Amino acid sequence: MADILKRNKALSVNPLKASQPIGGSLATLGFNRAMPMLHGSQGCTAFAKVFFVRHFREPIPLQSTAMDQGSSVMGADENVVEGIKTIAEKSRPALITILTTGLAETQGADVHRNVREFREANPEFADVAVVAVNTPDFTGSVETGFAATLTEIIRALVPDAKEAGTYPGKRKRQVNVLVNYMLTPGDLEALRDIFEQFQLRPVFVPDISDSLDGCLTDEDFSPVTIGGTLISEMATLGDALATVVIGPSLAKAAELLEQKTGVPTYALDHLYGLKANDALMSALAEISGHDVPERIERQRSQLQDAMLDTHFMLGQLRIAIAADADLLNAFVDQVQEMGSEVVAAVTSCNVPLLSRIPVASIKIGDLEDMELIGKANKVQLVIGNSHAVDTAERLGTPILRAGFPLYDIIGGYQKTWIGYRGSRQTLFDLANLVINYSHEEIPVYRSVYAQKPAGELTGLNSSKALSCH
Amino acid sequence: MKSTKDIAALLDEPACEHNKKEKSGCAKPKPGASAGGCAFDGAQIALLPIADVAHIVHGPIACAGSSWDNRGTRSSGADLYRIGMTTDLTEQDIVMGRSEKRLFHAIKQAIDTYSPPAVFIYNTCVPALVGDDINAVCKSAEERWGVPVVPIDSAGFYGTKNLGNRIAGDAMVNHVIGTRDPDPLPLTVQRAEIKIHDVNLIGEYNIAGEFWHVLPLFDELGLRILCTLSGDARFREVQTMHKAEVNMMVCSKAMVNVARKLQQKYGTPWFEGSYYGITDTSQSLRDFARVLNDPDLTERTEALILREETRIRTELEPWKVRLKGKRVLLFTGGVKSWSVISALQDLGMVVVATGTKKSTEEDKARIRELMGEDTVMIDDGSPRALLKIVHDYKADILIAGGRNMYTALKAKVPFLDINQEREFGYEGYQGMLELVRQLALTIESPVWEAVRAPAPWKVKTSSLVNRENEIVNTADLSSAKPSPEGEGWVTTARMQEVEQRREQLPRGI
Repeated sequence: MADILKRNKALSVNPLKASQPIGGSLATLGFNRAMPMLHGSQGCTAFAKVFFVRHFREPIPLQSTAMDQGSSVMGADENVVEGIKTIAEKSRPALITILTTGLAETQGADVHRNVREFREANPEFADVAVVAVNTPDFTGSVETGFAATLTEIIRALVPDAKEAGTYPGKRKRQVNVLVNYMLTPGDLEALRDIFEQFQLRPVFVPDISDSLDGCLTDEDFSPVTIGGTLISEMATLGDALATVVIGPSLAKAAELLEQKTGVPTYALDHLYGLKANDALMSALAEISGHDVPERIERQRSQLQDAMLDTHFMLGQLRIAIAADADLLNAFVDQVQEMGSEVVAAVTSCNVPLLSRIPVASIKIGDLEDMELIGKANKVQLVIGNSHAVDTAERLGTPILRAGFPLYDIIGGYQKTWIGYRGSRQTLFDLANLVINYSHEEIPVYRSVYAQKPAGELTGLNSSKALSCH
Repeated sequence: MKSTKDIAALLDEPACEHNKKEKSGCAKPKPGASAGGCAFDGAQIALLPIADVAHIVHGPIACAGSSWDNRGTRSSGADLYRIGMTTDLTEQDIVMGRSEKRLFHAIKQAIDTYSPPAVFIYNTCVPALVGDDINAVCKSAEERWGVPVVPIDSAGFYGTKNLGNRIAGDAMVNHVIGTRDPDPLPLTVQRAEIKIHDVNLIGEYNIAGEFWHVLPLFDELGLRILCTLSGDARFREVQTMHKAEVNMMVCSKAMVNVARKLQQKYGTPWFEGSYYGITDTSQSLRDFARVLNDPDLTERTEALILREETRIRTELEPWKVRLKGKRVLLFTGGVKSWSVISALQDLGMVVVATGTKKSTEEDKARIRELMGEDTVMIDDGSPRALLKIVHDYKADILIAGGRNMYTALKAKVPFLDINQEREFGYEGYQGMLELVRQLALTIESPVWEAVRAPAPWKVKTSSLVNRENEIVNTADLSSAKPSPEGEGWVTTARMQEVEQRREQLPRGI
């Protein structure tokens, strides 16, 4: 439905996009005792690491094949094999992912062959799962890198039902939940709670709520992730009652999982807003055979009440959103449910989902594009990551921080957006931003004849302080 | 405390149509079925917009504590009125008779801290009851510190909000108006070709700055507003109100006593009008020219009206299409029903019923004139009664004061706030654009449908029968069905089919 406006300028100004290896790393970090290794120069890893550390405020395990000039020109097969071996020897992780970068892909690396070579040469590390993924920087984004990595992990670690003897429903309460990059640790915790209220046991794949939730552990240092989806759990996915998939970007991963296991899939675009969560609860009621719990019904009506309370502020509000496709789609749905108008939709790269996002046009571009489109359309509120804060300031609007990265606030990574409760909080946050900031005031007017006291300052130039995020 | 005689005198308002009925004056509130404000509320609301004055509420915390900084009125500069001040009387003050002393010191503190041009003291129930002599305290404070201190004796039990408005107006006439002559007209703003006239507006509160939509037109016509009582007013402006050539009562007759007394004392003629709606805005401008009896002004006014009306009607055209025929239940408090009716009718909307609890007899006559004889007039403003009318008359929207907002929302009925707490300005030609925007915003909002529809699992009972068997019998899992809603979740095998269907459907399902 939406017109996709492709890039039409040479320079990306204030970029929105984060690269595929970032997404691949994030997916990996959601598994227990895992270590992502970027196949590229050291800088690829260093920048990614800083990106995550600033966002999650956690130490992040992330390695590099450390390609140098020699290996870049002459071939870096050795770097990959040696890199895997070093990590396996030093930390004995349960999972290593090899994520290619622009450098490695341009060079023509074949990481899959590298992994096979490693396997043949090092049978002693058979217990270390190694998964290679093509995630070049020059295509896709966080979203596609995350999805591709998850797909490859499923391909490598989930056995075919026939061979393993798994069958759907063997585990009567287990539901596999494939979650995309936009679910925060806080979201996953809330989602686990929802599943459990239906007497279901969710297995999140991946589960960053167990690894990147800011939990203090007894170990003072760990070279690999602590917490996350157990690699051993991957073998049980075929025994689950059902698979719930959140995020259109994971369609391929879900398809593969269903192919391998025969476990039926329930696909949801996202969990933002009333309708999306109605769909989730309906699915869970059907999967579990339980009625929707009263507590959840109450939360539903609380959300409805919040919708009424906030529609005055959010109705017809002109919003600009800059986010990757899944997240963009989620916010578009939620704010349109409130009668807001998305007047600027900017995303990082072209994916099939874009064409069915119900806005007039979507610009594939950067934050400058959002700024220009937003300005032309008199935007009143911006939704975007921390980089968009300056953009919003220049536009003179408040900003709701969402997506990756969030580095200028504390706890942004932990915020709960999903479920009826999370959706309600989003509405409150949006409404508060508008109440405090972007309300279109009638300009102050002083009559030329006015007998106001001499020297009284007019409120003409008073500026309001930027309110909370 | 005011004597019964004082109150009776205030209630006896010859300029008010209510006086001609058998039961004269304002209606008595009914215990157990009362919703309006009190006299203190009315007095404070009427005067608080005077922006550079220190407004001190003399009483226990409830009076100021529950009401300060709760208004949408805007100032173009001074903002002392936004600072809540109260004597916050304690039990000890009241029992030991120390409240007068506390008031005296409170006045000093306000003067020391904020150097206001004047201090207004609002008397409330408790000090009125224990017999504080606030007139005496104000007088001696004024003598002691050389700043005007104006007593506004407005205990809540004296009566309604409407009475409070009059008490406030009375205080202005008795203590403030006439204490200073207007500034000479500066040479810079004089125009050789036209005569500048001095006028007042009474009962205009500049809610959300809405009068700024209208004020430029006054400048253009050469009308100097000595004072707006009380939106964006200053103490020194109120002082000069006696010198106006004409007074306009805006919208409400709440402070009609001011207009009447200014006529009595200074012979100033007055007329009544409103800036809500195109028709009324134009009429009000015409009336200034008519009463001032200045043919040149009349000519320029007509030209201005023609220009503005043409412009705004063009801008409103796309909105009228969206709002035409929509049915409104109007239940206004402070803002006069008839003026809003005319604004809504300008938009082609249908007013199915209107509240008249606070309207005067004259107001009601005007409403009949606008809406026809059989118009439904609502005196019972209880939530139950209002909702019944909304349903019975199939209203698309309830327009009322903020107090009724949650009545409407909980009943899932669209709502527009028209009282002084609102954040949007609707006055003048330009204000109509904001009004239509707000009307469309709530009427067309998708949330109504979302909150009225039952949860999906409440409506699809039949398909869930035997669901448990299906799950246990894993042999046939390939048949995992889409829900009756279909689009919310599906098996991957059916994703493609749903993709196709989705494209034909309205989004968001």
